[in-house]
Amino acid sequence: MRPAFSVILLTTLIGAGQGLFLTLFAVDAIGSLRGIPTAELRSFAVVGSVLSLCLCALGLVASFFHLGHPERAWRAAAGWRTSWLSREVVALPAFMASVAGFVMARHADSPAALWIGLGAASLAVVLFVCTGMVYVSIRIIREWASSLTVVNYALLGMASGATLAAAIAAFLDSDVKEGLVLGAMALIAAGLVTRGASLIRNARLPVKSTLQTAIGVKHPKIVQRSQGAMGGSFNTREFFHGQGADALRNALLGFLALGCVVPLVLLAFGFASAVTCSVAFSTQFVGLVAERWLFFAEARHPQNLYYQSIA
Amino acid sequence: MTQLALIIDLNVCVGCHACVTNCKQWNTSGAAGPLSDLNAYGADPNGTFFNRVQTFEVGEYPGTQTVHFPKSCLHCEDPPCVPVCPTGASYKRVEDGVVLVDYDKCIGCKYCSWACPYGVREFDEQRKVMTKCTLCVDRIYNPALPERERKPSCVLACPANARLFGDIHDPESEVSRAIREQGGYQLMPELGTNPSNHYLPRRKSELRIRADQLERVDNPRLIDTLPDTTRYAPMNADYDI
Ligand code: SF4
Ligand code: SF4
Repeated sequence: MRPAFSVILLTTLIGAGQGLFLTLFAVDAIGSLRGIPTAELRSFAVVGSVLSLCLCALGLVASFFHLGHPERAWRAAAGWRTSWLSREVVALPAFMASVAGFVMARHADSPAALWIGLGAASLAVVLFVCTGMVYVSIRIIREWASSLTVVNYALLGMASGATLAAAIAAFLDSDVKEGLVLGAMALIAAGLVTRGASLIRNARLPVKSTLQTAIGVKHPKIVQRSQGAMGGSFNTREFFHGQGADALRNALLGFLALGCVVPLVLLAFGFASAVTCSVAFSTQFVGLVAERWLFFAEARHPQNLYYQSIA
Repeated sequence: MTQLALIIDLNVCVGCHACVTNCKQWNTSGAAGPLSDLNAYGADPNGTFFNRVQTFEVGEYPGTQTVHFPKSCLHCEDPPCVPVCPTGASYKRVEDGVVLVDYDKCIGCKYCSWACPYGVREFDEQRKVMTKCTLCVDRIYNPALPERERKPSCVLACPANARLFGDIHDPESEVSRAIREQGGYQLMPELGTNPSNHYLPRRKSELRIRADQLERVDNPRLIDTLPDTTRYAPMNADYDI
């Protein structure tokens, strides 16, 4: 598949936003129960939630660039009964609205903040599932049609959100920063393991559709001589990444190095300082963009069987 | 319940692209808007088509066969492209099974084209909506057209008669009989889309002409039945040097 940059940005940005909110809400809730001074916790929760909102808003803006008719985007809520994309479209603004509610309640030190936050946290989880299912539900792209897709997406989003939460805590010099650094490292490691599992799974996927089933001729040797058009088409643009094997390898290296190893090292040996944590987050984000690129590029669409040679 | 469909006879298709041309002509002229072409006279021309004819070579030289393979939306009975559409713009009509896109509702997210395994949905770069074969819904029920022209454009254009159109749920229809009697099959049956369009396979062609059909037995001068030597005399002479 051709990696669509608007979608890559959408998924990486909102993933980080959701991960950030889930992390800070967990810290906030546990902290309040343990009786940590509320003023310190409050500024962490409020700053973090506002940042989470900004990330989601940026992601939302990016997603509009994917649409042919952005002015009709509101219609995308209509298909929620059957379409995971529609469910994602409903869940994202709902999550953002509840985070905004949480910011206001927490800022005012209202006891309702806990309940609103709980709602927002559940919506964050729902949104992770929806976004993952958008890809899983395209059953014919077998690289995507696995529960690992949802797990990876949620874990990697959680990991980047937790790193960002650690950076915020470090800036505010909050007591929770060491704990958050540890949490972020655990999430990065977990994401690395599950994404690795999906890479191995995809490399071993048996072939299901062939040129033989595509045109219904059983002969083992079939070669395409023409695809009905000389200058390419939507089909040659949308479903091929158009890069050599190098690009795929580089994306994989980018994910492993920038998305996992560098942030792990920075977090482990950076003394939870504001600078190292924020550098760790930025590098990780670039690495996760590479991971998303790879996710699209490694997906082989069966329609490509019909578009193997132009003439 | 009716399920309209096309049956394409690969044994007959000669790869002339008449169906492609007539499809484009009809569907670019309709009320739904043009099927736009980009850079039509430039170095890299491309555009939106509902129907394309592709060519495959089967076998190994010298024992090869050329298979011309027309491909358009198969109007699947379980279309994976429909439930994924977030707006409901993509739908399958209950009354005749035609899968359509409502161009006024489509937001151009292209998600449906990811779900279709056959690569027959094409995003129109000018109108910014997803487009696909409509089975010429604006022809087949059109009272302004003479009865015999109420068929999809591609079917009318085919000079070899490789395309049949009809209701595959009616066991006595021409298309059902063709599927039954000539081994009609579906594309990528392993994906569970249950396409309505079927293809008729390549067959071994036999000449079904008897000798008495070549010779006019009632010819009073019996010219047809004269011995070979006389019949081909001038030709034999050519080789007789
Ligand atoms: S051929 Fe593709 S576009 Fe047509 S109904 Fe089937 S899945 Fe949908
Ligand atoms: S491109 Fe249009 S028809 Fe296709 S899924 Fe999106 S809104 Fe539906």
